[in-house]
Amino acid sequence: MSETEKTEFEPKIVAYVCNWCTYLGADLAGTNRLEYPSNVRIVRLPCTGRIDFNLIIKAFEMGADMVVVSGCHPGDCHYTAGNYHARRRWTLFRDLLETMGIDLNRIHFAWISAAEGKKFAEFITEITDTARQLGPYRAYREICE
Amino acid sequence: MIEELRQSCRKLLEDGTVNVVIAYGQSDPEGPVYPIFVTKPDDADKIVWNRQCYANLTTYLTRKEIKALGKSAILVKGCDARSLVVLEQESQVDRATVYVIGLACDGVGEPDLAGKCRVCEVHMPRAVDVTIGTAAEEQHDSQERYAAVEEFMKKSPEERMAFWKQEFERCVRCYACRGVCPLCYCNQCIVDKNRPVVIDTSASLKGNFAWNITRAFHLAGRCVGCGECTRVCPAGIDLRLLNASLARSAEENFNYRAGMDPETPPVIGTYNAEDKENFIQ
Repeated sequence: MSETEKTEFEPKIVAYVCNWCTYLGADLAGTNRLEYPSNVRIVRLPCTGRIDFNLIIKAFEMGADMVVVSGCHPGDCHYTAGNYHARRRWTLFRDLLETMGIDLNRIHFAWISAAEGKKFAEFITEITDTARQLGPYRAYREICE
Repeated sequence: MIEELRQSCRKLLEDGTVNVVIAYGQSDPEGPVYPIFVTKPDDADKIVWNRQCYANLTTYLTRKEIKALGKSAILVKGCDARSLVVLEQESQVDRATVYVIGLACDGVGEPDLAGKCRVCEVHMPRAVDVTIGTAAEEQHDSQERYAAVEEFMKKSPEERMAFWKQEFERCVRCYACRGVCPLCYCNQCIVDKNRPVVIDTSASLKGNFAWNITRAFHLAGRCVGCGECTRVCPAGIDLRLLNASLARSAEENFNYRAGMDPETPPVIGTYNAEDKENFIQ
């Protein structure tokens, strides 16, 4: 391996996904032998409605360069309405982060169902590219030093 | 007005309608106004009402010491009445056990009006049992309501981040903002939980960011803008700016304003299948 390759920036991405859709979507991507970047660390949670905003902050505190939140499409929630509640919450939370000056390009939301293994792989590939372009998220890391 | 107020409070205590009146008191006319809890009819003369009456007294209604006293009467300004509505919506206050005395208010603050009063739209409190006094007609200028937020949002994200860094650097984590807030009534606050530690408890920038984001977001779609957090902050952090940005978001996205109408379901805890989702891929 050459010297430049060794020092190349590899983003850390934390994905909070729901157990019933996106996690199975990721699973399907695996069983279909679809390749997606290994930069993503998947954290499985029961439902998008369970994903506390403190988890997102925690991820940034621990040095994540990007955070992904993904769950069932509207109408498909295993618990009927968890994703609807989450959607409202994220609308407000994004506006709060914007006021705080936190880069919204660092947080991505998606609906990925259990059948969308391809979408999962493509989505992760796409945001990993974005994360590479954006570079390390120094702004929040400086806060945590 | 003050005599009328004292009279009605005395009467409520005398005939046993309530056991305690939560009101404003002042021992020295030049000194500060503080909350008083009147339990004897003769003490009703200690109640004051002037432009120093900033405090939102509804914060005491959820305290177990006050609940233990039984039926209570409370003085509310227009803004405080809004937080009472939210408390009732969230089943924290049983309205049947509280006698609400509304105070017509032209704004508090001396010599200058408090910031919140300049854009006040509730001079006459709503959903009260009785209103005392009269107030000038309020101006309904929805443009003005979030002027401070809009001005702040003109800055670049980097500038905004730098601003909050500067602000939160001063935070000493005294939690006065939490203590004074009528809507921060959790028995155990998330910041006090240590298994696992969710928010760093030291007054470091890291912990201060996490805490202030959490405090603001736990009030999303609930904060009525009484401004008490900002008033009590010993570090002078402009917490109202964060609250206002969330209030603006709730109004823009969900056409919801906390505490304005008891019949409107709260924005968090309900949903609409048609809610916007243009940020979701």
